[in-house]
Amino acid sequence: MGLSHSKAFLSDLYRTLYTIRFFENRCIKLYRQGLIRGYFHPYLGEEAIATGVCAALGANDYIVSTHRGHGHCIARGADLRRMIAELLGKAPGYCAGRGGSMHIADVRGGNLGANGIVGAGIPLGVGAALASSIRGDGRVAAVFFSDGAANNGVFAEAMNLAAIWDLPVILVLENNHYAVSTPVEQVCRTCDMAERGKGYGVESLCLDGNDVLAMYERTREAAERCRAGRGPVLIEAKTYRHMGHHVNDPGTYMPKDRLEHYLARDPVKIGRRCLIEKGGASEAEVQGIETEVERAIEDAVEFAVAAPEPDLQAFLREVETCG
Amino acid sequence: MSQTSEPRQILYREALNEALREEMRRDPAVFCLGVGIADRGGSYKVTVGLLDEFGPKRVIDTPISEASFTGAAVGAAIVGMRPVVEILFIDFALLVLDQVVNQAAKHRFMTGGIGRVPMVLRTQGGVGSGLAAQHSQSLEAIFYHIPGLKLVMPSTPYDAKGLLKTAIRNDDPVIFIEHKLLYQAKGLVPEGEYLIEFGKADVKRPGKDVTLIAWSNMVPRSLAAAEKLAAEGIQVEVLDPRTLVPLDQQAILESVRKTEHVVIVQEAVRRGGVASDIASIIGHEAFDHLDSPIEICAGLSTAIPFNLRLEAACVPQEEDIIAAVKRAVYAA
Repeated sequence: MGLSHSKAFLSDLYRTLYTIRFFENRCIKLYRQGLIRGYFHPYLGEEAIATGVCAALGANDYIVSTHRGHGHCIARGADLRRMIAELLGKAPGYCAGRGGSMHIADVRGGNLGANGIVGAGIPLGVGAALASSIRGDGRVAAVFFSDGAANNGVFAEAMNLAAIWDLPVILVLENNHYAVSTPVEQVCRTCDMAERGKGYGVESLCLDGNDVLAMYERTREAAERCRAGRGPVLIEAKTYRHMGHHVNDPGTYMPKDRLEHYLARDPVKIGRRCLIEKGGASEAEVQGIETEVERAIEDAVEFAVAAPEPDLQAFLREVETCG
Repeated sequence: MSQTSEPRQILYREALNEALREEMRRDPAVFCLGVGIADRGGSYKVTVGLLDEFGPKRVIDTPISEASFTGAAVGAAIVGMRPVVEILFIDFALLVLDQVVNQAAKHRFMTGGIGRVPMVLRTQGGVGSGLAAQHSQSLEAIFYHIPGLKLVMPSTPYDAKGLLKTAIRNDDPVIFIEHKLLYQAKGLVPEGEYLIEFGKADVKRPGKDVTLIAWSNMVPRSLAAAEKLAAEGIQVEVLDPRTLVPLDQQAILESVRKTEHVVIVQEAVRRGGVASDIASIIGHEAFDHLDSPIEICAGLSTAIPFNLRLEAACVPQEEDIIAAVKRAVYAA
């Protein structure tokens, strides 16, 4: 707390926050136009978590994402053209059009992938950390998952594995208060889910997930702790979705007053204010970042819309040989 | 292969142990994990001595958290390790289906061919002697059905060693199913290095009258049946696919075209089984060569009972195989 950060660093944080925000809103438009098909789970309202966590990781570290994974992917430094191309199912997409929104991955860039199965990424991330521990290469894995996933058995199992093997893994529990449409209060007696880590002997924190600097600073500490062989760390980040579970879910079950409470604590606005107040950026400079981001995303949309579809014959030939 | 020395008689479980040991020496990315595999050396003693040689970082005892330690193996494989997971009984592999089917099997595909999951899941199945309904199943069909998985079921110590080494070096997830009654089986195994290519069936006994396709513990049982049938003048060709995925269709069809009669023996229940699929392939590809209907000799569609007499009635026995061969040969 109270660490001073350079203007350049705070600009980077805000650039990522704003990129995620603008990306999601722009892609929702593409979805409404019928250019993006299938499921699309926006990260709107949760931007500070991915942004803060990924800023605290090194280039060789790993992340494991979720079905609500665009933010993680962007914060990890993904190429926006290849991302949107993937969302459109196009050939130059990260998964050659086979993955889509729910399976976007950049294994070479350390993003081991989003996941269509809630909770399934937790053991995968623990496994990446296990590999790091066996090799002694000092890499840390950050696993994003949700309050919903924390009610799946693999959360308990995998956290225990990480604990008994002292693995360098940061378990980032994005508590957005809903498992699809089920409120966390309905399915948990203790809604502060960081409490669960303590029973497993895991260092556990509960943070304001909308505060990008808090997320960054505490994740840095967690990563250092992991690299010193004192992992894992569980970070519960409290947050709230700005809309329903996916783009076609109006989220009528989300109480208005609560949504307004969180909208007033908008992570992107908090990051913007932080850049101005702590970083000393002028309004014009902030707008400059925003314009740059918007241009990059419009360029990516243009690229993706024009990009070719995957080659059907090549795909079928591959299926034949892989059998 | 080249460095092979004089073969010795060793046990199936010892052959598997040699494969693990050789591969772990060869490649530091190979490591083993599972319940009771380190200190205890595994319930069936396959991993005995590995802890002493390779230490606790590479021979890892796990809690009984199958889904998560298998998932951890998948994650480690994605980042370049070559884990060998042991699931004590194939019945418990049902707990890891998400990690195997939704994660391991699909990762390479979903990443547009960039990701790899070079892991081996070793497990064992089949009836033992009174292990009852939750420790006796033959569940290969579940994995056979899933694109993205290789499926290996060795019947001899020689095959067990060569196939496990190949499995460990394979860049895709391999389900390696051993049989609990085969761990004590003896056979000739060369001391040094050799690999067995996936998708290459092995003729365990040549014959001209009928093609008998069997895998895992049904191979020795079928060979015993073939020996008796030979005394009655029926020459059975016993063909062991060794890997069900990939399946050596060519070897199967060549044998069928020669003998014109087919028996497929599987321990698993018949409904939805691998035998039915092999029969459909033969029916389609070699229809004109068949001189009689394809006989499938399979387990009954039931859970496995505890009582030994009842248990024996549920899976193909030597006399069932003999009867099936006679039906195939004399139906013409």
